[in-house]
Amino acid sequence: MGVEVAVEGLSKSFGKQAIWRDVTLTLPSGEVSVLLGPSGTGKSVFLKCLIGLLKPEKGRVVINGVDLCSCPERDLYEIRKLFGVLFQDGALFGSMNIFDNVAFPLREHTRKSEKEVRDIVMSKIDMVGMLGAEGKLPGEISGGMRKRAGLARALVLDPQIILCDEPDSGLDPVRTAYLSQLLIDLNAQIDATILIVTHNINVARTVPDNLGMLFRKELVMFGPREVLLTSEEPVVEQFLNGRRIGPIGMSEEKDQAQMAQEQAHLDAGHSDGSLEEDMRGVVPQLEPTPGLPPRDAARRRRQRVMQILHTLPESAQHGILASLSRDDYDRYQEWRRRTTGMAMPSGPGTTGTATATREQTRVSQELPTRPAAGAQPTQQIPRPVAQSRPPAPQQPQQSPPMRPRPRPWRREEGDQ
Amino acid sequence: MSTRTSRKTSPLAPVAAKATGAMREFGNIFAMALDVIVQMFKRPFQAKEFIQQFWFIASVSIMPAALVAIPFGAVITLQLGSLTAQIGADSFNGAASVLAVIQQASPIVTTLVVAGAGGSAICADLGSRTIREEIDAMMVLGVSPIQRLVVPRVLAAMGVAALLNGMVSVVGVCGGYFFNVVVQGGTPGAFLSSFSALAQLSDLWVGTLKAVIFGFLAGLVASYRGLNPKGGPKGVGDVVNQSVVITFLLLFLVNLVISVVYLQLVPAKGA
Ligand SMILES: Nc1ncnc2c1ncn2[C@@H]1O[C@H](COP(=O)(O)OP(=O)(O)OP(=O)(O)O)[C@@H](O)[C@H]1O
Ligand SMILES: [Mg+2]
Repeated sequence: MGVEVAVEGLSKSFGKQAIWRDVTLTLPSGEVSVLLGPSGTGKSVFLKCLIGLLKPEKGRVVINGVDLCSCPERDLYEIRKLFGVLFQDGALFGSMNIFDNVAFPLREHTRKSEKEVRDIVMSKIDMVGMLGAEGKLPGEISGGMRKRAGLARALVLDPQIILCDEPDSGLDPVRTAYLSQLLIDLNAQIDATILIVTHNINVARTVPDNLGMLFRKELVMFGPREVLLTSEEPVVEQFLNGRRIGPIGMSEEKDQAQMAQEQAHLDAGHSDGSLEEDMRGVVPQLEPTPGLPPRDAARRRRQRVMQILHTLPESAQHGILASLSRDDYDRYQEWRRRTTGMAMPSGPGTTGTATATREQTRVSQELPTRPAAGAQPTQQIPRPVAQSRPPAPQQPQQSPPMRPRPRPWRREEGDQ
Repeated sequence: MSTRTSRKTSPLAPVAAKATGAMREFGNIFAMALDVIVQMFKRPFQAKEFIQQFWFIASVSIMPAALVAIPFGAVITLQLGSLTAQIGADSFNGAASVLAVIQQASPIVTTLVVAGAGGSAICADLGSRTIREEIDAMMVLGVSPIQRLVVPRVLAAMGVAALLNGMVSVVGVCGGYFFNVVVQGGTPGAFLSSFSALAQLSDLWVGTLKAVIFGFLAGLVASYRGLNPKGGPKGVGDVVNQSVVITFLLLFLVNLVISVVYLQLVPAKGA
């Protein structure tokens, strides 16, 4: 069972250079989170603060009730045994071959026999597809292989919290896809809390339960992935689409003059570097490989998110509702009806006795709208910010035929 | 040292900052020294690492130490030889030079070599591990780099210093004997008998103790600097440079203190 990591008001600077200020977020136990952010915004520094390698000036990182920023060194070493960390460059021990690197944590912290160690290590090496290279030194393998070996080492003790600093950098798209699958499968199996730092939009779109972004020394947002994926925030939109137009420049800040010039170029027909299609929008989340148990975290998250759904931005609500299975959708409506019925007993026009009409009005008020009847095949949100929302569903009962997309990737038996 | 002074741009402003910075460094080294001493007694002892490091430091230090020891012993003997001849005490030349070699020259030569050859290698090794994030990775895997890496290195430096000290003493005394008897025409009997008249066993012990302490300092400073490089590979070069310089400075300071204390506490033979 994973462990919750609570970060409260964390600030870090090196000398006069502030890296980020007042970062507050919670990695819910057992869920997968992704942290995005332009290069140099301090994502790696953030990870190092999470494991107590760097001391932030302010704030707390609480794990199992212990504040990593202020606890004594001895407790720190104990807490760190919960972690598996993949560093940005793999951080393999240069004097040991891959096998010994992966075996290192086992030999240090367990009393397993050499044969057991061998079995475990070889299975992990196999898992990251590095069989045959276990005898090589880190200097003798490619960057992507170092990454994968580093991941094998991070996972060898079945950690409860896994931090991955850009697991995909230096890897080809296929291996990245395998790696994403690997992390999700792992999450399904051992229910570890996972935080991935990445620049890879595909990973950000398909892997996490929660998504956050660092920019300009701040956490722009952190929450259910649908919130960021449907955000209208210019930074987020620019980042997800990989465009030059927007607040992110080559250096951290971008001045007005440059922005205006870039806009002029764009208007003149020069590409801004992005593809035509909008990369925002909620896409289906990666599922564990068939045969594995369903992710318990997905269920827990669904419950958590549904409870706060009405507080989320509207476009995020669309995305979340559209991704629910039919049963879940019905159940949610049921729940909303009950709770709002209790919480707001005297809303306008709600005192009617005809329950059927009451339900309908309620729903069309409370529930965010779904895409117009039979409209889009996916949950892409329209690219030019839609001023007028799509019409509300006339009847919630109609929702099944309007379901924006069948969900062949999900086996329904796993749902609650 | 040169890198430090060259970075100093304004002559006045950073003096106070430098002073506090130096004090902080000193405090950090001291804290690490305590840490190392505590962790020395923590099991499991990293025997393999210790043996490797011991072998490594010994192999890079033996030749230079021996080569430095002979001329060093010779110079001291020659110097003292002419001095004792001037004041008509040439019969005591042997004892004087042996005492000088055993108490002062040998521990210092040993540690200069251990710090210069072994310490710089330790520092560079730990420095490059640090910038490759290996040390971070080790801490994250719940393994203390002090216990795992620094303690074996410091112990190895101490052990090598103690043994080398013995070797350098022997070589230095032999060199002195050779120059005194062969070059300056002294009598072998006078050389040997004077040394039992003036020297005592505690002189050998204090020499060895010094070597062990210096070895500790050399290993400690090298490890400390190695674990705290500033910036990338360039930083590693800088800290190697600094570690050798700092060790040398510490060495002569500590040597002064130990010598004063020893001369106060242990009465000289025949005095
Ligand atoms: N040890 C350090 N000393 C001083 N400054 C540092 C140190 N480590 C990082 N920084 C600074 O912190 C900032 C953030 O660095 P970090 O490595 O966290 O970026 P990042 O978000 O991980 O970028 P990337 O996506 O390129 O890996 C950089 O401006 C860097 O200069
Ligand atoms: Mg980074």
